[in-house]
Order: sequence, then C-alpha cells, then structure tokens
Amino acid sequence: MSARLVLDGLTVALPAGADRPHALKDVTLTLNDDEILCVVGESGSGKSMTANAVMRLLPGGVSIAGGRILFEGRDLTAFSEDEMRRVRGAGIAMIFQEPMTALNPLRTIGDQIGEMFAIHTDLDAAAINGKVLALLDEVRIPSPAQAARAYPHELSGGQRQRAMIAMALALDPRVLIADEPTTALDVTTQAQILKLIRDLQKRKGTAVLFITHDFGVVAEIADRVAVMQHGLVGEEDPAKEVLAAPKHAYTKQLIAAVPPLLAPPARPIADETILTLAHVDKTYRTGGFLGRGARVTHAVKDVTLTLPKGATLGVVGESGSGKSTLARCIIRLVDPDSGEIRLGDVDLASLSKREMRAATRRIQMVFQDPYGSLNPRRRVGELVAQGPMIHGVPREEAMKRARDLFALVGLDPSGIDRYPHEFSGGQRQRIGLARALALEPDVLVADEPVSALDVSVQAQVLKLLADLRSRLGLSIVFITHDLRVAAQVCDLVAVMKDGAVVEHGPTAQVFGAPSHPYTQALLASIPGRAFSEAQARAAAQ
Amino acid sequence: MRRIVITYFRSPTAVVGLALLVVVLAMAASAGWLYPRDPLALAGRPLIWPLDNPRFLLGTDNSGRDIAAQIFHGARISLLIGLVATTIAIAIGIFVGALAGYYGGAVDTVLMRITEAFQTLPNFLLLLVFVAVFGSTITTVTVAIGFVSWPAPARLTRVEFLSLRNREFVQACRTLGMRDAAIIFREVLPNALPPVIVYASVVMAVAILLESALAFLRLSDPNVASWGNLIGLGRDVLRTQWYVSAIPGLAILITVLAVSLVGQGLNDALNPRLKGK
Repeated sequence: MSARLVLDGLTVALPAGADRPHALKDVTLTLNDDEILCVVGESGSGKSMTANAVMRLLPGGVSIAGGRILFEGRDLTAFSEDEMRRVRGAGIAMIFQEPMTALNPLRTIGDQIGEMFAIHTDLDAAAINGKVLALLDEVRIPSPAQAARAYPHELSGGQRQRAMIAMALALDPRVLIADEPTTALDVTTQAQILKLIRDLQKRKGTAVLFITHDFGVVAEIADRVAVMQHGLVGEEDPAKEVLAAPKHAYTKQLIAAVPPLLAPPARPIADETILTLAHVDKTYRTGGFLGRGARVTHAVKDVTLTLPKGATLGVVGESGSGKSTLARCIIRLVDPDSGEIRLGDVDLASLSKREMRAATRRIQMVFQDPYGSLNPRRRVGELVAQGPMIHGVPREEAMKRARDLFALVGLDPSGIDRYPHEFSGGQRQRIGLARALALEPDVLVADEPVSALDVSVQAQVLKLLADLRSRLGLSIVFITHDLRVAAQVCDLVAVMKDGAVVEHGPTAQVFGAPSHPYTQALLASIPGRAFSEAQARAAAQ
Repeated sequence: MRRIVITYFRSPTAVVGLALLVVVLAMAASAGWLYPRDPLALAGRPLIWPLDNPRFLLGTDNSGRDIAAQIFHGARISLLIGLVATTIAIAIGIFVGALAGYYGGAVDTVLMRITEAFQTLPNFLLLLVFVAVFGSTITTVTVAIGFVSWPAPARLTRVEFLSLRNREFVQACRTLGMRDAAIIFREVLPNALPPVIVYASVVMAVAILLESALAFLRLSDPNVASWGNLIGLGRDVLRTQWYVSAIPGLAILITVLAVSLVGQGLNDALNPRLKGK
C-alpha cells in the first residue's frame, strides 16, 4: 500500500480581515491506494477548503501559503495552471454536494459526461456515446439511454448525483474527492449512493477523499478518518479506532453529540389533547391555462393526528413528503383545502385572516434557516419584542420581556441591541425560539429547527427545547427529516410519505417495531445504524 | 453604514461623480447670490460670444440675455425637476411593485398589465400627451415626467419582493400576526430598497433629459430659465452661434454623467459582492 495523495504541512491563507488568518494550518494528511479517507468536521473547520486546495480551485483572495500537495509523488503546488488542468478530471476528480447546481441545466446528462472524454481524449462521437452509456450503467441509473438524453431537472436528486459520479469516474481518476456528496439527499437515497461509492471504489481501486460532517456516514463508509477543527487536523486514524476509542477530546465531543437511535424512556403523556388535526387536505395546482394541462400535487392527504398537552409530536419524512406543508397548514401560512385544525376549542382552519392574526398568540412557529428567518435589518431585541407589540403590549414592557427571553434561551440579554448577522447559527436559532416564545404560546410548531446546525450546536438547541418544554408546559409539533433527532425529542411520531401519514404512534413503538414497510426502509437507511446500536449496547452494559 | 461610505470613496469614478454633482449643486445654491437679477431679463447686446465681454463670461443668447445667469439658475430647475420627478416615479413604482410582488396572483396580473400598458408607449410620447392636455407650467411638466417614469422602478421592486416574500423572516412576521401593510412597508421594503435607490439615479438622469427634450421642442415652461429652454432658443442660430446651444448641452451632459456615476458608485457600495474582482 502506498500513498497516492499526501498533504504535507499544507497552509492556506485567508485574506486580511477574515475571522482567522489561516483556513488550513499545517495540515498533513495521507490518502493511500484503495481506501476511503473521511475528513470530518463542523462548518468552518476547513474540510471543504482542503478539497479545494487539492484541486487548486480556491476562491479569490485565498491562497496556498506553504506546504506541499504530493499527488503520486509530484507536487501540485508547483504545477502551472495548464498542467493543473490536465490533472483535474483525469487524475483527481471531484463530486459536489448539490448535483443540481453542479450540472449545467441547459445541456443533457450524456452531453456533459461526454465532455470529459472530448476534453481529455481524442475519441470520436460514437465511441464517446458508448462510453457514456457504459458509465451510466455502471452507476446503476435505471435506463441509461434515456438518462443520457435527459436534462438535469428531469432526474431525481439521487439520479443526478449518480450522473455526477459517472462524470467524475469517466476517466478512471486516481483520486476521487467527494465533498459532502450525500448531504442534500434523502436518507434512503443517501444509503444507496454511499453503497454505490463504496462498491465502485472497491472495484476500481480508486482512492477516495470523502468530506462529511456526519459521523453516521463515517461509520458507514470510512476506512480511515481525519478529524478537523479550526483548520487543524485533530487526529488521523483507522475508522474503527476513531469510532470505538476516540483519542482527541474534540472527536469524543463530536461522537457524543450524534444523537443515539434509541428513544429515551417514554415520558408520561397527558390525556388532555391540545391540538387535533382531522382530515387535513392540501392540493397544489401548477401550470396549465384555464384548467388544461395543469399539474395537481397532493401535498397533504387526509392527515388526522392529535397532540396531547405537554407532549412533542414528531412528523418525519423525506423531502416532498408534505411535512413542511402540514406545518404551514397548522399555523395557517398555507390555507388547507379542507379538514379541521382544532386548537383547544377553536378550529384554526375556519378562522378568517383577521381572527387568525389574533389566534397567533396561542400557536407559534420556529423556522429552519437561522440566516433567513431573522430580518437582517432589525435589531434582535426588536425582533423578539415585535410579537407582543403587535398584540398590544407597550414597547417598554415588550423590550423587557425580550431581555428576559434572551436569558431564558441562554443568550446574553445585553445583546438585544445587535443585528442578526453578529450572531452564530446556533445563537440565531435561539433568537428565533425567543421570538416564538415571546407570545407565550400553547403550541409550538418547529419546522426542522436544528437541520441547519452543526451536531454539537444541534445537541445544545435540542436540550434547550426539551428544557423549555418542561418548564413552560409547551406542546410541540416537531417536523424533521432526521430520525435520530426525532427519536431523541419526540413522545409521538408520525411518518409521512407522499402527503399521507403511513404510521404513527409512541416513538419507542414506531422506531422499535415499525409496522409499515416504508418506516422499516427509512430506519434501515440511517447511516451508521450498526455503529449506533453497538454504542447503545455498550452504554447499556 | 461606515463600511458603505468607505467602499464608495474607494472608487475613483464614484468620487469624480460626487465631485461633479457637488459642483452642480454649488451652482444651484449660488445662483441667487452671483446673479441676483432675473436671468430671463435683457442684459446686453444679443449674441455676444463667450469671453468677448468680461460682463458676460459665457456670452449672451439671441435675445441678449446672460447665458451664465441662465446656466446657474437652470441648475436649480434641472435639479428640482430631477429630484421631484424621481421622487414621484419611485414612490408610485415602489407602491405598485410592492403590492404586485407581495400578493402575486390576480393583484400581480392586473398591476403588471397596467405597467406594461405604460411601458409599451414610448414615454416621451406619453409625456407630450400629458403636456398637451394639462399645459406646460413647470409643475405639470415635473409631475408628468414623474408619472411616465414609474414602470421600470415598479418592475424592479416587484422582482425584489418576489424573491423576498417567501423568505422565512416574512413568514415569521405573518405567524406573529402582523398586518400585511406593516410586513410590506416595514419589514420587506427596507430589504428591497438598495437596488431601487440605485435605479433612482437612472430615473433622475432620464428626467433631466426628458425636460430638456421637451424644452428643445419649446413645449416646456418658457417662463423659467431651464437649460432645455436655452438649447431650444439656440436652435435658430445653431450654425453661426453654436455656443448658445452647446453650453447648456454641456451642463446637461455633466449633470447626467454625475448622477449616473454616483448611482454606479452607490450600486458597488451597496452590493459589494457583485463587483467583479
């Protein structure tokens, strides 16, 4: 076994005025023949910058300040731009997180894969076509000939990522760099793509540098693991060792922050019901003129659920399952077509716009995107005080309440005069939570509240949410795609697929003994499942 | 805010634009003090060439009025027309664009069809119609210019609103029970404003040009000393005493250039990421 790609004391400098002087500081990594090296870290750790540095595709103002990148013994940092172009694609290929933006929307898949051959080889069109079809077959796209003629938007996310992998593997590269290739995909698709990368790697003997933030994925795919933090490599060891006995304190902390799959012991649930959904339906009609050629999407189909007082109801499902639309129906951001949404003795679905404005005191929402959900031009204190002020609380008192809420969600109350961009993602999510709590609602609808956060921050926010639930007696509807998170925070779980609830019940029951095949498939696809179960067993002993 | 000012002053063209604009503003401010007499009153022999007579630095026009006085007083009129017409156009544009973009659907369709109806007519023709119907005092001319210039800002505002209205912070305001008017004007509008402010400089430049074009056709208010009026007068002696038209023409050129450069500088300062490195 020999080293195929070696980073030797690589240092990458950030432009003056950035939050730290170096994106990467003295990074030394070795990628051997025929192995998958996972580079793990949270956002800002420099893991993507490592990939970009190897490809010599650094953003403007960022440059390699020292060290060497040895690709099969040759130093890439000394290569001219022309020589580098011959290495990219043919020697080192890359796949990206978001296949939709990495592919050109105006050209067919076959055309784009064929381009690799057109640039790097002198094959004729017929030979290229044959190669493209063979590649698409290799990445197991159903009906390759059809896929080759398709445009990116005509394929599903998983198929697009398969096409990207086909493109990356076209010239049998010696090294494949995968930058979070499954992060944008649903869990079942993710499991398939991980398996595909593993299989292809084994068959072709490619060395794969796999960048991810998810320890579940690491457990699934890695031969060796390098953990990065603040542009430094914390440890680089075989995967088994890192997962079973992490040496570095930061690695321990990261692994501990991965929510275990096992549901905690069930809490007693009140008999009293606070929110009842009965036969909620929502259909979207798009396109078409005067009813002709219109496309009808059943976003939510006949959903009936109940939320007991003080409990958390998890709604889980993959993208497009209708879980976010359901959340928006409950809070009336979207008007349901039919059905009842009964909060206490009021049917929210039948309220007029004005009545609903008044009813917002009792039901509030927490959003997913910590960057998009706060108005960038308002001070955070004002954002939190806004709700009470709309409902008639005088400004002085509302600002005082905002200060109290800041303390409640674990922020410094003196920060209320600052703007949202001065806070980190986790802090912003706390601000969003404070805003929702400012109206003292009975029910909180949380739409993927921790999906955009790093695992360690995610764990803190979940803990805060659980703490607030018991202290304030909140009832929560918790929308998530992450079954690990759902297992941790939810008393009840409903699994949605194509707009309908396929299974619901107490968390331990749904996750422990799933009765619907879709739930079973979802649970089986969770990355690092075997690792989590081993961990749970170890913890139980 | 400080960062915006610093970025602005880092661009040489933006600084030149601002300097030119300050010169024009200074001319407008000092007109009453340097040329206290009515600029339209007879001052001397007609058609004195510039620099021939120290009393008339820029010469006199075909009726014997001081061109320098008219240029200084004209700066007031041009800037006034530019500012007021731009304010009217931007205000209508923001209102229409914000409603269309925020509500979408039928409201959007109706408002955008109206906007298109305005846009399909060349706005100068529309302006001629307004002036023909309502007369050509300086007030009607200014209001009419504002009224034919709103479609472009409206479309711009609409596009900004379309991309902002589905952002989570807007939804958050709705879940707090905020009224639509408050969401539109207090929450969304400040975020949609920067490109509209930048575009205002284009509207202002065009407004000044529109007034000059009207005046050239002798359809603007003849009782004020505007640059356009002077150009229109010079038309009769264009081949022999070309300076009568050329001097106010230069003044218009400089003013429009200054406003455009300032607009461009603002654009780069407000959207630093769009600027190519």
